[in-house]
Amino acid sequence: MTRVIKYVFYDILRTRFILFYTLFLLVCTFMLFQVDSDFGKVVLSLMNIVLMAVPLISVVFTTIHFFNSYEFIELMLAQPINRRSIFLSEYLAVASSLCLAFCIGVGLPFVIYGAWQPIASLLLTGVFLTLVFVSLAFFASVLTRDKAKAIGIALLFWFYFSLIYDGILLWVVYSFNDYPLEKLTLALIAFNPVDLARIIMLLQLDISALMGYTGAFYKNFFGSSMGILFSGVLLTTWALWPMGIAMRIFNKKDL
Amino acid sequence: MLKHFLLLLLLISFQTVFSKVIPVGKGEQIQSIKVGIALAQPGDTLLIRSGIYREGNIRVEKSIFIQGENFPVLDGQSKFEILTIRAANVVVQGLTFLNTGMGSMDDIAAIKIIDSKNIHVIGNVLENAFFGIHFSNSTNCFVEGNTLHSESTEEQEIGNGIHLWKCQNMTIHDNKIQGHRDGIYFEFVTNSVITNNYSESNKRYGLHFMFSHNDEYRNNTFIDNGAGVAVMYTKGVKMLNNTFEHNWGSASYGLLLKEISDSDIVGNVFVKNSIGIFMEGSNRNKLQSNSFLQNGYALKLQASCDDNILERNNFQQNTFDLVTNGSLVLNKIDGNYWDRYEGYDLNRDLVGDIPYRPISMYGMIVERMPTTILLWRSFLVFLMDRAEKAIPVLTPENLKDNLPAMKPYDFN
Amino acid sequence: MISIENICKNFGQLAALDQISLELTTGKSYALIGPNGSGKTTLIKSILGLVIPTSGAILFDNKSIFNNWRYREKIGYMPQIGRYPDNIRIGQLIDMMKNIRKDTPKVDEDLIDAFKLYKMYDKPLHTLSGGTRQKVSASLAFLFHAPVLILDEPTAGLDPVSAEILKEKIHHEKRMGKLVIITSHILSDLDELTSELVYMFEGKIQYNNTIDALKDETNETKLNKAIATLIRQKELLASVIE
Repeated sequence: MTRVIKYVFYDILRTRFILFYTLFLLVCTFMLFQVDSDFGKVVLSLMNIVLMAVPLISVVFTTIHFFNSYEFIELMLAQPINRRSIFLSEYLAVASSLCLAFCIGVGLPFVIYGAWQPIASLLLTGVFLTLVFVSLAFFASVLTRDKAKAIGIALLFWFYFSLIYDGILLWVVYSFNDYPLEKLTLALIAFNPVDLARIIMLLQLDISALMGYTGAFYKNFFGSSMGILFSGVLLTTWALWPMGIAMRIFNKKDL
Repeated sequence: MLKHFLLLLLLISFQTVFSKVIPVGKGEQIQSIKVGIALAQPGDTLLIRSGIYREGNIRVEKSIFIQGENFPVLDGQSKFEILTIRAANVVVQGLTFLNTGMGSMDDIAAIKIIDSKNIHVIGNVLENAFFGIHFSNSTNCFVEGNTLHSESTEEQEIGNGIHLWKCQNMTIHDNKIQGHRDGIYFEFVTNSVITNNYSESNKRYGLHFMFSHNDEYRNNTFIDNGAGVAVMYTKGVKMLNNTFEHNWGSASYGLLLKEISDSDIVGNVFVKNSIGIFMEGSNRNKLQSNSFLQNGYALKLQASCDDNILERNNFQQNTFDLVTNGSLVLNKIDGNYWDRYEGYDLNRDLVGDIPYRPISMYGMIVERMPTTILLWRSFLVFLMDRAEKAIPVLTPENLKDNLPAMKPYDFN
Repeated sequence: MISIENICKNFGQLAALDQISLELTTGKSYALIGPNGSGKTTLIKSILGLVIPTSGAILFDNKSIFNNWRYREKIGYMPQIGRYPDNIRIGQLIDMMKNIRKDTPKVDEDLIDAFKLYKMYDKPLHTLSGGTRQKVSASLAFLFHAPVLILDEPTAGLDPVSAEILKEKIHHEKRMGKLVIITSHILSDLDELTSELVYMFEGKIQYNNTIDALKDETNETKLNKAIATLIRQKELLASVIE
């Protein structure tokens, strides 16, 4: 499997997209540091990038990459290699190169500016979101043979988790406002990796937002070790299960 | 301060001329404070040597000066009220009060002053008192430089730190109160001042203030109290240069203003509170030159508030700057600095050329449905607020700052 | 060596393979022919595990190939249209394949030499002509001394000289006792290269015997004529039944 990963890596590096992505993040982060001397504000602006841009770039890049390496996958499948290994190699190579680009692009300016404190939660949530959306994009890719359709589905995932889901959540809360909703909203949040990542970051970075009564409830929950474990497990699940399903489909897919 | 000092000087000089000093302590002729008090004539000084005194409840009903040497300990053995004063011209200074009794019916205090005048409670240490210093129906008293500290877990297991009921012309200055129910409690106290006190980690309010007209509080610090500071049912109070910090929790405020009128709230700093100021049924107040920093809500202005003036304040890094529950707004909001303001200043007069609407749509939604706070900083909220800015639907049309400042004010 | 037992493959409504059973034995060479869309490529891809049959079983050395991948070590496959990652060079591709099949240390570079591919090692694959691509595909198929060779339209698009080189190589491998499966529309090539004939039509096997037997049955000496006759006979039969 490591041999296959190596070649997928080469292939990804050759397209230079990852390089541009890294540069893009570097430039953004450096610019934010230049414009604002307040690290807290920089981190909050970066949070928006992490929540919006990282998933978007992850899904688009992953889907395009998958379809561009269709030939490679075909070639590999005729070789004595397990399908699972091929799929996992693709997943790991794409996910790790995107994560690496993210960590360098966002992490490096922080290291240079010596802002160590908020970096961990920012990088961790960014990495998790990358994994989740790479996973979702692979799922979208194996659903269809049509590249345009797959990108459409992948974008739909992104749009759904970034916007539509929250709209539905708002509607639910609005409709059932007479009932105690804390636990329900908590459960609903768990079903959206973007929301989950956002809450985790907010608790680390923008505590003032969550100081009201309900805010305190969520803070107590997510701030406890139980809550950290809970969100960690959930994000891991989000990163793994679409990938798992995608792998099952891929194992039975005709090429 | 100066007045107080002169008075002290006067007292001391009187004593040297007309009065005598009665030492009390182990090596002395008189070993009991009670005996000392019984022997003392008005104007005498009781000099209490260091040591531990367990004498139950000590009553003072004449004008004497009780002076501690190296903080002698008056131990209430968790059973007694330690000192009960019912007199005029008494000074209590330099003593340590330890472990008063507790009572659900009586307000057992370390020092209780009833129907008295000109009482000075200065530089004492109170440790684990139920009530600390408790005044009722008294006038012209000074409470200065005392340190009060209590430990308890439940609000009902502890009394107030400095408690005043039905008093006039009182001065509370430079005290440090921690761990009581209310740090400072004022009920029916008029023409009094509260200055330079430090009230921290009290179970309920840092300052609890009711029916106390024409008082002034200045330069106090209220940190981490259960519910912040409550000022209620009062006219003509001046709140100047106080700091309200880190009053966090389910129903915590920096400052609760309930039915307050004709008052000034000027030069205060509100940092990291769940709600900076919560205003309810309050009219004709002036809120000026305050700083609101990193609060959940900087200002919650209920629709029952009219004719208040909110001007030249700084609003920075608050989750929500302003929320209200009504659509009709009859308050004047002008010339504040809002860090979210995105307008421009073409004529460079440091006043923004377009009005600022401090109420966000999302803020209103969270006000109505608190659980939606979980959507804070999501893309949806961003879009909603943008749309609302373009076409206001939910937020009150006339609630706006017509002269928003381009730069934060420097109040120092 | 390879037993195909009753496999079906449906793509939606279309039955690409319909109850196919076939026994392919070592040492024999098979011509797999049929019109376009008759299911030849689907059958080959099924053997390779690229297409998973809807039902039925394929046994390779008496072991099911389902969820198995090691058997592919014994297959050299030359696809109809060699599709390779765009921005990889010929040399890198060959190195990569060697690296991936490290378990087969001894490689057969005859074709690489014969096609003079080493001269073009620096060329990226997407710049190659169809013919050169075929050469690359052919070289890769023969690279690992695989006992089974599956060649999908091997000579299509090759210049006559290269086609001869390839045919010579196939002959050589056949003589070594390998199982060779070839699909082609160039029947004269098949006449030279193969001994067995599998004729497919609309997802079914219509004929499965030696080429010599077919020639005897149809009284023809050339394969293309024999097959034309076979088709005519079948059509006649079909019309009579109707």
